[in-house]
Amino acid sequence: MAILDSKIPSGPLADKWRKHKIDIKLVNPANKRKYHVVVVGAGLAGASAAASLADLGYQVTCIVFHDSPRRAHSIAAQGGINAAKNYQNDGDSVYRLFYDTIKGGDYRAREANVHRLAEVSVNIIDQCAALGVPFAREYGGLLANRSFGGAQVSRTFYARGQTGQQLLLGAYSSLSRCVGQGTVKLVTQNEMSDLVVVDGQAKGVITRDLVTGNLHRFAADAVILATGGYGNVFNLSTYARGSNVTASWRAYKRGACFANPCFTQIHPTCIPVSGDYQSKLTLMSESLRNDGRIWVPKNKADVKKAPADIAESDRDYFLERIYPSFGNLAPRDVASRAAKRMCDEGRGVGETGLGVYLDFADAIQRYGKQAAARANLHEASPAKILELGEAAVAERYGNLFDIYKEITDESAYKQPMRIYPAVHYTMGGLWVDYNLMSNVPGLFVLGEANFSDHGANRLGASALMQGLADGFFVIPYTIGDYLASQKPGSRPSADRAEFAAAEANVDGLVKKLMAIKGKEPVAHYHKRLGKIMWDQCGMARTKEGLTKGIAEIQALKKEFWSNVNVPGSAENLNQALEKALRVADFIELGELMCRDALTREESCGGHFREEYQHADGECLRDDVNFAHVAAWEFQGEDKVPLRNIEPLNYETVKMSVRSYK
Amino acid sequence: MVAHITSTKNLSVTLRVWRQAAADQPGRFVEYAAKDLNPNMSFLEMLDVVNDALEGKGEDPIAFAHDCREGICGTCSLVINGKPHGPHKGIASCQTYMRSFADGDVIVVEPYRAKPFPVIKDLISDRSAFDAIQQAGGFITVRSGSACDANAIPVPKDEADLAMDAAQCIGCGACVAACKNASAMLFVGAKVGHLGLLPQGQAERDSRVLAMVSKMDELGFGNCTNQYECSAACPKLISHDFIARMNRDYIAASFRQAFKPKSNASGGGA
Repeated sequence: MAILDSKIPSGPLADKWRKHKIDIKLVNPANKRKYHVVVVGAGLAGASAAASLADLGYQVTCIVFHDSPRRAHSIAAQGGINAAKNYQNDGDSVYRLFYDTIKGGDYRAREANVHRLAEVSVNIIDQCAALGVPFAREYGGLLANRSFGGAQVSRTFYARGQTGQQLLLGAYSSLSRCVGQGTVKLVTQNEMSDLVVVDGQAKGVITRDLVTGNLHRFAADAVILATGGYGNVFNLSTYARGSNVTASWRAYKRGACFANPCFTQIHPTCIPVSGDYQSKLTLMSESLRNDGRIWVPKNKADVKKAPADIAESDRDYFLERIYPSFGNLAPRDVASRAAKRMCDEGRGVGETGLGVYLDFADAIQRYGKQAAARANLHEASPAKILELGEAAVAERYGNLFDIYKEITDESAYKQPMRIYPAVHYTMGGLWVDYNLMSNVPGLFVLGEANFSDHGANRLGASALMQGLADGFFVIPYTIGDYLASQKPGSRPSADRAEFAAAEANVDGLVKKLMAIKGKEPVAHYHKRLGKIMWDQCGMARTKEGLTKGIAEIQALKKEFWSNVNVPGSAENLNQALEKALRVADFIELGELMCRDALTREESCGGHFREEYQHADGECLRDDVNFAHVAAWEFQGEDKVPLRNIEPLNYETVKMSVRSYK
Repeated sequence: MVAHITSTKNLSVTLRVWRQAAADQPGRFVEYAAKDLNPNMSFLEMLDVVNDALEGKGEDPIAFAHDCREGICGTCSLVINGKPHGPHKGIASCQTYMRSFADGDVIVVEPYRAKPFPVIKDLISDRSAFDAIQQAGGFITVRSGSACDANAIPVPKDEADLAMDAAQCIGCGACVAACKNASAMLFVGAKVGHLGLLPQGQAERDSRVLAMVSKMDELGFGNCTNQYECSAACPKLISHDFIARMNRDYIAASFRQAFKPKSNASGGGA
């Protein structure tokens, strides 16, 4: 059984991180250059970690499967990044950001980690502004903010609808500086295919070169995984097509515990599915809920009518109705489930009935009148107000409206958007302690790939915050505590048997897949897996469905390994093989997610078990039996994994019913 | 599942696709029939359908670069009917939909053709030269944790907005592919403009433009001859004004460099 010591420092919550930084061990500057750290992934967490560690003097190798670190999927985050700056003078503070995040996560995250996240959030904005991130600004030149779900203050910083892009390019610029100066060795188009564990500690990785098919060994004093989330287990999601679980999964199979795998975020505002050929779902940023109003017709009879033909009195602005204090800015899990309930009642719109309206007509009028007043146009015609209002909305959300138009061929200026929930983020991930180290010593996990800060639901604009917090401001301190315990120069050679065995393992997997030569393309299995996951382990889960899901996935796994067809050669660029290796891992992960959802007999955040709900359909948590992290430990191929528990001790916040009403 | 959006009649097209097994192999065009396509399918989803059929038959699928499929990662890089990213202005390949084509069309699909971007396989080319240019100077040097309060340095909104216009570059390389000289000046100009417009970027403004331009020349990108095909092909519609701005910065930096007094600072101390 794995030992899960969270290493949360003692003392008052607000002093823990400060005290911990004083207590943990340091590595002296002359020794730092003797340690080699491998960072896998170069999204926000990986790029910021690699650059920060290189600047401290460590030897760093950064490995990415993309052709460039700038392609990492952090780039697609749209809306913003939270920070407790209180620049708006609206009552924000570190404590409030901490509290909102704990509550937002439905009391399933660690208090100490979340408080640290809120503390360093302010440094992230400083760091990024200094790096040249062109954040939105007020006319006075100071930084602008907007509101996001689950908060009653405006603490979200943004760069148009491309905040993730700008932050990633900031982190990428730091990484590029280090690569140019020779302090980081960058390895592109290499997928981490195994973790090498020597004497119980993570001491290297095996990668597969995606262009040549060659396997490479990298020996290290410590390994950092910053490899993102695993939402593509659902096939259709807002993730990039390449996003995958392989690095985390191989670490899991080498002993790292996988925590809360069933905690998945379903984002309420995505463009609905349109056909079987579909390869991805596109997000419409949560920031749109600052100004967009979500509604469905009150009467089922109206669902096929054009929205303009439905009278105001016949519309149900259901989030404003059910959650008057947070309204359209209810958190994602809450908003998604509410939308699903409306559609289940038969009031969904669009041909499939799986859609709700997100309407900007009121915002266009409001902004139009404001703009007219600013321009001293007191007698502005309705047409002029419309024109000014559309321009103001375009300035805020223009690129999102453009994307919507591209995909649906409809203008959201003229008619409401149609949206539906879609898989967007995974709160679960590899288990880490307060130092972000997994239960395998020397293996650190950052960003979305770990489980630590978002509990059972992540608030909007908190993923970017966590990625950069981990990379810029946590790992530079905490990795030293581990490395100080490793003798400089004690790094094992890549010629050791453990490296050879790991390499042979990867080689065997590749050869096995190439040899099947069955009848179906990889995509066939990915689609089927996605459907099982969405039906049984999606927005609403039941004991019966999850049990069925596990059986279906086990059968799918057998079929995949006997009937998939991976053409071509393993000795050059082979995208079918890349996909096959990733889908093989997704299938196994899917089973674990169902198992986790099945054993968590409560509803919390994004995990909704139909058996456990209040009379009004809200989550019914069980704090007596499930106020813990479930960390699953691999026990061997096709064996039931072991469920370890880390209790969650709430010292500061009182666990209560999470209400946004 | 039923299409919820403007679904018109399905269409069939003939693809003429560049197939090349590896960088050192000769390539050729191969024809594929893509039948009964939903017009709401994206161009890449159409390629997925073609590839799934090839894979099911045990044939090597068409290799093409893609990832986010929402126009922001810059991975996709198809030349469709001779145009980088296809028929629409301001749209990446991944956001091009089949409704842009007519039933019976013959569509030619090629990789980027530019010497600094050698073909790796089929429709995928190696754009690591862009990373090399960034590594030469496309940054502001800030150690983690050493920044002042973000609001300590106000940035006028106009300049922040203009910097953002330039910073939107997705690094896809369409500008190079569209240019008869394979010039990277829009790409470099965008980064030089973005960082040079901000007060935070002033300390390294000269060294940045000199280093990036020098690296760009070294890697074999050509010069700009002011035809602005780059801006026309750019999926983010980045203005060629940033090329002019970079030229100005470059000249000013070159002069300042030539006449700059040298400090005689040396290391050491008590």
